[in-house]
This record gives sequence, C-alpha cells and structure tokens, in this order.
Amino acid sequence: MHLVYPVVLSALLFCTGLYGVLARRNAILVLMSVELMLNAVNLNLVAFDVWLSKAAAETLHSGQALTLFTIAIAAAEIGIGLAIVLAVHRNRGTSDIDRLRDTAEGPESDGPDSGAPAAEKAEATT
Amino acid sequence: MSLAAPTHGFLSPTGVEIAFLLVGLVTFGAALVSVTTRQLVHAALWLVVTLGGLAVEYLLLTAEFIAWVQVLIYVGSVVVLLLFGLMLTKAPIGRSPDADSGNRWAALTVAVAAAAALVWVVVDAFRATWIDLDGAAAGSTKVTGESLFQHWVLPFEALSVLLLAALVGAIVLSRKAKADAAGPEVPGARDGQAAAERAEGAR
Repeated sequence: MHLVYPVVLSALLFCTGLYGVLARRNAILVLMSVELMLNAVNLNLVAFDVWLSKAAAETLHSGQALTLFTIAIAAAEIGIGLAIVLAVHRNRGTSDIDRLRDTAEGPESDGPDSGAPAAEKAEATT
Repeated sequence: MSLAAPTHGFLSPTGVEIAFLLVGLVTFGAALVSVTTRQLVHAALWLVVTLGGLAVEYLLLTAEFIAWVQVLIYVGSVVVLLLFGLMLTKAPIGRSPDADSGNRWAALTVAVAAAAALVWVVVDAFRATWIDLDGAAAGSTKVTGESLFQHWVLPFEALSVLLLAALVGAIVLSRKAKADAAGPEVPGARDGQAAAERAEGAR
C-alpha cells in the first residue's frame, strides 16, 4: 500500500478536528473534535509503524505501543474533561465556551457581558 | 524517483488500497458531518462512524490489536461518555442554531490552510514510499504484547498510575456535583449548597 493514503487521511482528519475545536461552541463538541485530532495522530503512528517494521530491522514496535498509550491517555482526558464540563455547567448553567469569559483580558472585560457572570460567580462561591 | 519499484504503480492500485480509499472517504465524510452538524446528538453518532471507520483502517493496515482496542475504548466507552455528557448538560435534541461560534470562517481558513500545507508536505515527502503488507501481520496481538511487555513495561506501569490519578480526579470533580445536585440552576445554587451542608451535618 502506498504510504500516502493513510498519511493524507490522517492529515485531513487532523484538520477536520482543528476546525471543530476552533469553530464549535459547545464544550462537549470541542472535546469530540479533540478526539478526532488524537485519532488522526493514532492513524499516523500505526501507518508509520507498519511501514518501519518491515523497512527497518528492529523498531521495538514503538508506533503501536505509543498508539495504545495515546488511546489510554485520551480515555483519561475525556473523563476528566467531561467532569470539568459538568462542573462548569453546574455552576454556570451553560457549557457554551463563548460565554465563559471570566479570565478574558482586554476591552471585552468591560462589555455588557461582564455584569451577569460576575454576579453568578459571586453567587456560586458563597 | 517516481514509481520506484516496477511492482508498484499509481495507476494500478491494489485491492487493499481501493478498500482503504473507500473507507477513508466514508471516515472523512463522517468526520466532516460530525464537526459541522447542528444537531449535537447527531454529531456524537457521526463520531461513531468516524471511529469505526478508523478501526477498519487499522485492520487494513494489519494492526488488528489496535483496531479492536479502538472499537472497545473509543466506540464502546468514549462515545457513551460523550452522549452522557451531552444529556447531563441538557443539550437540545433538535437543531441548535448556535452550535457554531462566530469565528467559524476564521476557523475554516485556518483548517483549510493547515490541511493544504500538511497534505502538500506529506505527499511531497512520502510519494515514493510503499508499505509492505505481505507476510506476517505487523500488529497482531502476539507481536504487540511481546513488544509492550518487553520494551515498554515502564511506560505501561506509569500509564496505570496516570489512569488511577484520572479516576481519582474524576471522582473528586463529580462529588461536588452530588453536593450541588439539589440546585441545578444558578439562582438555586445557594439553597442547594445549604441543603448539602445540612446533609453533611446530619451525616
């Protein structure tokens, strides 16, 4: 098999995930896009491992071992990420990352958006 | 440089390449729908198609253990977790008009530019490289297990510690969820916390 097929598919999937991370509003959809990017990296690792395990002499099968590690870390990441999103949704009533602007800097911090979240935060911390 | 070996050719793809291309098209299309659809639950379901397609690609690359791990962990548990998260955050079932933020055109520009650059670079770098899929499978369970437990034992054990830390962290983050569960809305948060404190006192 030509090596270009899996590598190009991996690049396209990575950029799809990149678009999702940048364009989505719901935090859970952003997490889904992060999963897409991690899967693209996994496909790259597997393709290069299969190529090098035949082309080179001894490669320790590092690509497939790293793929397993990436899958495990992605599972841990999605668990922690969802717990954080649920905690934010509980405290704020939203999982819309455009509205979570407490630590934002610049002129937007004095905009009309800043009053309500500050009050919510004060209420949530009492 | 091009057409390095006489057995390989761009114009005579093998059956594995055709299958890889078709499954890859399905995978990429499902990924595109998953990041652009306005129905949040449908996004998670299209993600299942994407991850399943990737598992088939792993099988075509003879990495069978990775393929089944992908099916078990991603399709089996990660998507279920994502669906649980969508339902616990009261995601709307129908079309939600504000699924995409205002900077989607900037995001589209960045993604298309990154895709063009990456595809150009990797095609230019690997256009004369072929994977040899004949012979023994490169990723059978025996091979993967031997390399994992001979050369990668220490990272493997470190990973178990990481998973334990993630487990404890998720439990800690979710215990606060239980304390505040009486007041799901923001105005009722103080009552919920007071109720939780009463519950703690009673205990």
